[in-house]
Amino acid sequence: MSRRIEAGLSVVALGTWFALCGPAAAFTAYVTNEKGNSVSVIDANTMAVTATWKVGRRPRGVTVSKDGKELFVCASDDDRIDVLDTSTGKVVRSLRSGPDPEQFILDASGNPLYVANEDDSQVTIIDIEKNKVLAEVPVGVEPEGMGLSPDGKILVNTSETTNMAHFIDTKTFQVIDNVLVDARPRFAEFTADGKFLWVSAEVGGTVSVIDVAQRRVIKKITFKIPSVNDEAIQPVGIRITKDGTKAFVALGPANRVAVIDAKTYTVEKYLPVGQRVWQLAFTPDQKQLFTTNGTSNDVSVIDVASEKVIKSIPVGLLPWGVAISPN
Amino acid sequence: MHNPAAVRRVGRTARRRWLRAGLTLLALMPFAARAQKPATESIETHIGLIYRPQPAPSSYDAEAAPEDEGLAGAKMGIADNNTTGRFTKQTYVLDDVALTDDKPDPIAAARDLVGKGIRYLVLALPADAVLAVSDAVKDTGAVVLNAGAADDRLRGADCRANVFHILPSRAMLTDALAQYLTAMRWRKIFLIVGPTDADKAYADAVRNSARKFALKITAEKPWTFGPLAKARGDTPTRAEAMVFTRGLDYDMAIVADEEGDWGDYVPYRTVDPRPVGGTQALTPTTWSPVLETWGAAQAQNRFRRLAGRLMRPLDYQVWAAVRTVGEAVTARKTNDPAVIAPYLAEPAFTLPAYKGVPLSFRPWDHQLRQAIIVVQPKALVSVAPEQGFLHQRTPLDTLGVDLPETTCKFK
Repeated sequence: MSRRIEAGLSVVALGTWFALCGPAAAFTAYVTNEKGNSVSVIDANTMAVTATWKVGRRPRGVTVSKDGKELFVCASDDDRIDVLDTSTGKVVRSLRSGPDPEQFILDASGNPLYVANEDDSQVTIIDIEKNKVLAEVPVGVEPEGMGLSPDGKILVNTSETTNMAHFIDTKTFQVIDNVLVDARPRFAEFTADGKFLWVSAEVGGTVSVIDVAQRRVIKKITFKIPSVNDEAIQPVGIRITKDGTKAFVALGPANRVAVIDAKTYTVEKYLPVGQRVWQLAFTPDQKQLFTTNGTSNDVSVIDVASEKVIKSIPVGLLPWGVAISPN
Repeated sequence: MHNPAAVRRVGRTARRRWLRAGLTLLALMPFAARAQKPATESIETHIGLIYRPQPAPSSYDAEAAPEDEGLAGAKMGIADNNTTGRFTKQTYVLDDVALTDDKPDPIAAARDLVGKGIRYLVLALPADAVLAVSDAVKDTGAVVLNAGAADDRLRGADCRANVFHILPSRAMLTDALAQYLTAMRWRKIFLIVGPTDADKAYADAVRNSARKFALKITAEKPWTFGPLAKARGDTPTRAEAMVFTRGLDYDMAIVADEEGDWGDYVPYRTVDPRPVGGTQALTPTTWSPVLETWGAAQAQNRFRRLAGRLMRPLDYQVWAAVRTVGEAVTARKTNDPAVIAPYLAEPAFTLPAYKGVPLSFRPWDHQLRQAIIVVQPKALVSVAPEQGFLHQRTPLDTLGVDLPETTCKFK
């Protein structure tokens, strides 16, 4: 009885919450399913899967064009990047990405695209309008994480076996510096002011905060979760709020997302999500954070303000990446 | 420190890679010089590999050991080290020596390498050779990396301070299998032991693991029917040999057949329908073509491109040995073995090696802690340590000989 009242109240609460948010902009989340060779399309308002689109083999990295009309998906095993029309879900063209594209990042202007070629120890820079390779930059073994400074001048790539963050000048396409981090760096994220770069180390179990001007590690964030083996704490995806106050770090098989005070670098709490959580994406209004949970084949939705997991959404087989469009 | 005239034996692809790496290094130089950091000295590290190529089989063998088994793993390790080295001004060179019938002596080969100034020796050799080489180079400061001998005595009574064991001991392998049996509640084992000393050592390890994890060996028999797994289709099969599995009470048959002569003959031929594991069928091992998680898919692809074949456990173990040197030299910014050897045994040293967890050396016997995959030929079945096996230090120490039990005393 009392439980039913409680449930009723929470429905009311949820209703009020929706009312307060108003009819939020119609954000759409796109999730790549690495083993499903598909993209799950999620309506971020209703938090339901509205479509599943077929793409090339082993889709991993995913991003949306600035206007939300095109979706870019790394089809790693097909050595190409599929470009989908988001109104039809059809692959309209494929980009010459170089072998085994894994992660990429789109320039703030909407072109070019910077691609990490995991099997080939290089970063490929592609003009997406002309479908032309502008440059190939040799980096360390198994390049993966890609971060772009807010001014677009510095591209950072992390190499998983070399254990480095490579700083690449986006004008000259040359490596200008390398910073050693802990084992198996998976992801690189700049703070909105461009002063700091956060790099996760999956096997090292840490997040390194790098001073971008000095290119030096100034802080290593570590994690400790009661009843979870240290070995299971494997940081991968990182997202930092635009106001620079909060950071979220996906901890892989620890099945948690860490919430970190981005000013003091203190870990404040661990949010339980699905199994083997890897990548994260904010909705454009930064009110929600979506996580991909590879082993439980679902997506968790975190409410950023209340730091609570509010929903889990089943998707395809082995969800890997997530991107959210403004429309 | 190193003799530049040291013979470099690398294949054509490796040489091309070298050229490419060299060119990249040149291209990077002005930028490196511009970076406002203390200039680091460039370091060249030579790594020796001594191995014995497996002779080709006398007739068709579906899975014959390739002649470059182990060597190809070393080449990939060197290439990986050099890709990283481009950014740290480090280069790595492989000096590999194949033991042949004309030149069979591993000690002579090791002395020759050490005489050229090489201080890192990767051995893909049996236990006696590992022991002989490590004693022969004891006073030179050289570090020996054992990539081929699983014998527990090398980590116990016969342990040496200058040796680091990259591959798991037999105890670790059979502990991994025993943990899987425990997780499955298959408690009764039928142990079948082959005729060689290695088979007997494997059987000893199985008995110890059974004791450790409270499993029961309800039956044990020697294999006396010869290499039936290698028998041809046109020879009369000896299915009657399997009559010896009649009337036994067990959950799983464990075969101890390190040569691979007969273990594969046992599955599907037991009188009672029972699973088979051990050295064949369901095996605890370091590597398998079916491993693709934790980034292993990338290593598999890289290896296949380099060697034109699938990566085998020995290739992986030699790769890990070469990467161990690269990882340590990168971290300590020197290739002085007087710095590197003690560093390897410190907790600060970790090796990422596609096992989902960082690997490190046990200080008490220099054994590399590692997760062990339990596989059947076409699929990954499990990974040890299994869930629920806990240890105050790390769950990895539930596999193999722990500190309180070790008989290793470094001299």
